Amino acid sequence: MESYKLSLKEIADKIKSKSVTIKEVLDSVYERIDTADEVLGAYITLDKENAYKRAELLQSKLDNGEDIGILGGVPIAIKDNICTNGLKTTCASRMLEDFVPIYDATVINKLNDEGAIIIGKTNMDEFAMGSSTETSYMKKTKNPYNTDHVPGGSSGGSAVAVSADMAFASLGSDTGGSIRQPASYCSVVGLKPTYGLVSRFGLIAYASSLDQIGPLTKTVEDSAIMLNVISGYDNKDTTSANLETKDYTKALVNDVSNMKIGIPDEFVKDGINEEVKQTYNEAIKKLESLGAEIVHINLDYAKYSLATYYIIATAEASSNLGRYDGIRYGHRAKDFDDLIDLYKKSRTEGFGEEVKRRIMLGTYVLSSGYYDAYYKRAQCVRTLIISEFKKAFEGCDVIAIPTAPHTSFKFNEKSENPLEMYLEDIYTVPVNIAGLPAMSVPAGFDKEGLPIGLQIIANSFEEEKIFKVAYTFEQNTDYNKKRPNI
Amino acid sequence: MREDYEVVIGLEVHAELSTNTKIYCNCTTKFGADPNTHCCPICTGMPGTLPVLNEKVVEYAIKMGLATNCEIAKFSKQDRKNYFYPDLPKAYQVSQYDLPLCEKGYIDIMLDDNQKKRIGITRIHIEEDAGKLIHDAYTGDTLVDMNRCAVPLIEIVSEPDIRSSKEAVAYMQTLKSILEYLEICDCKMQEGSLRCDVNLSVRKKGETKFGTRTETKNLNSFKAIERAIEFEIDRQIEELENGGTIYQETRRFDDAKGIGYAMRSKEDAHDYRYFPEPDLAPIVMSDEYVQNLKENLPEMPHTRKERYMKEYELSEYDAKHLTDSKYTACFFENTVKLCGNAKAVANWIMSDFAKMLNEAEIEIQDSKVTEENLANLIKLIDSGKISSAIAKKVFIDMFNTGEDANKIVEQKGLVQISDEGAIKEVVEKIVEANPKSVEDYHNGKDKAIGFLVGQIMKETKGKANPQIVNKLLKEILDK
Repeated sequence: MESYKLSLKEIADKIKSKSVTIKEVLDSVYERIDTADEVLGAYITLDKENAYKRAELLQSKLDNGEDIGILGGVPIAIKDNICTNGLKTTCASRMLEDFVPIYDATVINKLNDEGAIIIGKTNMDEFAMGSSTETSYMKKTKNPYNTDHVPGGSSGGSAVAVSADMAFASLGSDTGGSIRQPASYCSVVGLKPTYGLVSRFGLIAYASSLDQIGPLTKTVEDSAIMLNVISGYDNKDTTSANLETKDYTKALVNDVSNMKIGIPDEFVKDGINEEVKQTYNEAIKKLESLGAEIVHINLDYAKYSLATYYIIATAEASSNLGRYDGIRYGHRAKDFDDLIDLYKKSRTEGFGEEVKRRIMLGTYVLSSGYYDAYYKRAQCVRTLIISEFKKAFEGCDVIAIPTAPHTSFKFNEKSENPLEMYLEDIYTVPVNIAGLPAMSVPAGFDKEGLPIGLQIIANSFEEEKIFKVAYTFEQNTDYNKKRPNI
Repeated sequence: MREDYEVVIGLEVHAELSTNTKIYCNCTTKFGADPNTHCCPICTGMPGTLPVLNEKVVEYAIKMGLATNCEIAKFSKQDRKNYFYPDLPKAYQVSQYDLPLCEKGYIDIMLDDNQKKRIGITRIHIEEDAGKLIHDAYTGDTLVDMNRCAVPLIEIVSEPDIRSSKEAVAYMQTLKSILEYLEICDCKMQEGSLRCDVNLSVRKKGETKFGTRTETKNLNSFKAIERAIEFEIDRQIEELENGGTIYQETRRFDDAKGIGYAMRSKEDAHDYRYFPEPDLAPIVMSDEYVQNLKENLPEMPHTRKERYMKEYELSEYDAKHLTDSKYTACFFENTVKLCGNAKAVANWIMSDFAKMLNEAEIEIQDSKVTEENLANLIKLIDSGKISSAIAKKVFIDMFNTGEDANKIVEQKGLVQISDEGAIKEVVEKIVEANPKSVEDYHNGKDKAIGFLVGQIMKETKGKANPQIVNKLLKEILDK
């Protein structure tokens, strides 16, 4: 069996036991990329040169009997909005087409410290704004289960890289579902950790109060291993939580008896595809049959999440993206008359349509006279949503809902209608609004063979409960074993 | 015409805090380095970077709040003020909007007639400074220097309690002296570390509603503040008297030309789209923390003034002048410790020394004259080694060269002649040579004695002890 097909845990063990060399692993993955990525388009940038240098270094350390870390020699892909020192970080935008950071994101340092090899940077919706990776300025990324379909987004490249065995794991970022929704569309495990569990330093901000970095992996176990590596307090990010570190692999227990799983019946009633609903119901039944207790809960405010999200996220984005003005770095228009003209032209040329739409929305909701009606009100609703989840978790351990209301759609099917596209985030957005952790795990396929994900949400900093439920579900189903035929 | 109007002024004062590092990163705040050498990915707002609040900034701001009788917020937050400008690399300035660190304070200022006036302080908040644009006249390019980006500032906003340019300057001087005493700002106005915006309106006396105000930005000397205010008062009154309207606008004052200009009107005013900075957690203050800072505040100018009045028996006027600047106060006190003559030290600092500092346009701490130098000079006078007239000359040398008084006196041979025999010789010689004056004296013309003394001093190059000269001259004339 080709080594690229293995899980992160499996390959890490093989490297450590020296049944395979790191170079062989890299060869295998890059060969896979060379063939499969022609079709799929998951990567924007590959960093073969440094990857092989690092492989050599790690191998010699290993051969000298040194510890090369939990991820020693394992090829990992990184979403192109996470800064990598010396390696182009574009946010899939013309604006940052040639931007090379001079610093590493904290998560990159952590991965490097544990011996990971960064093999390349993955495609995404421009500045992480989108649910299909179609807003990328760089390229089209295709769903490995059906190349006429989108991979989801915004971390589409990261999901496809893992789904199609072009990386053993990847990092994505999730502001309104950008890890979980593509994970669901591509049948991989995608975790959005609690806001503050993983440092945001070096993550190019879309919406600062919602953004969170998380792993996309082939298995739940791999997800726990990745979280062990990337989580933890960072003194460079004051929104990161200063908590004791945990070993999440300890939560990988095949047992959900005594666990209460909350089902918000009203919330999942309408606007959802029948096959997705059926798959969801079966997943719940499965968990029940494995000993979980199903409790019915209310999430009355959750339906306001989307409106809240598109106010808060765009407001923050309008401010966060102000720095791309063509003055110091990034795209600068060639001909301009004066300063204002330079700003206008550089930003008009540098940003795509969806980014401009969100900047305008955000500028509007923050403008004088509208602040109270929009931004302030949205923050109030956000508080209500947070307290409603808090209350819900008094009666259950985790909440289970679908990750997305539909399976992956065709290219251009929704890109002409932004509102319809925004609705794809209906089940993922409430989690970001409340800062909670949630995971999408493979839970089945529709008639066309397109993947469907189950989303498991826990209270803040209770990722262990998610791992427990997801691991049990995974161990007792075989959806994650089916890989795309590419 | 002017007496028919009342002037209403509020000041927004920006003080750069003298922390070692910037407000959100570890770059140094030092002034005057080569462009773009004191900056990093964080203060230049590179993608993905995040701010971490420098706790010293909060400490300094609260100290200022406590020293100006403010209420200190238990819960405070930072906000983004959004606008585009090349010296603002993030396109927003992190400031504080609706929950500043300090609110509702006041300070008392002393006016020329020794009257006290209380000026309310609306708020004090923390924020980051912007960079600097450098216009290259030769190439026509504009370049950005980001060394000053994210240097911490406090903005001190006054109530509209100020009624004249004199009050405005007195208020600014008082703030400066408090900042110096707290050692939280170097107050170098010429370097821009202390500057202010003037909000000004006029109204007919007796009118209860405020007139429309204008804001004159970025004044960085006391003289500029005074002149800009005087200019704007005249302009507004003239406008109104001519039936015109005052528009709410931002103005600039050209100090060289002494003229103010409108920069932009309210219609083109920025909509800053303030919102809470999501990258920074709110600032939560414990009572103990604030209490601890309060108990450890250094002596403030007004308490020091009162102490000087008691301890050194100085008048209120003198005590105030000596304590306005912390550096002057320390100079005074240390010099007194060295020479023991408070009255003399006070006189030197407030007269000759002050005059020369003023002419040289420098502050006492930048002068070459040290506390030891001045103490030694005073000791020379007190011990009768030199006369006051000579001392004044010695001081000029001290001021220009930084040499010690003893050395100057010795090198130039300025030691006073107090030897009666030696002086008597000269006196006799002068009396002999000026029979006309002697006759005048005997005819009751007292002026003649002055002429004779002058001749004697000239002969001794000013070194003769004047008391002995007087005594001996009378003795000889009256013989």
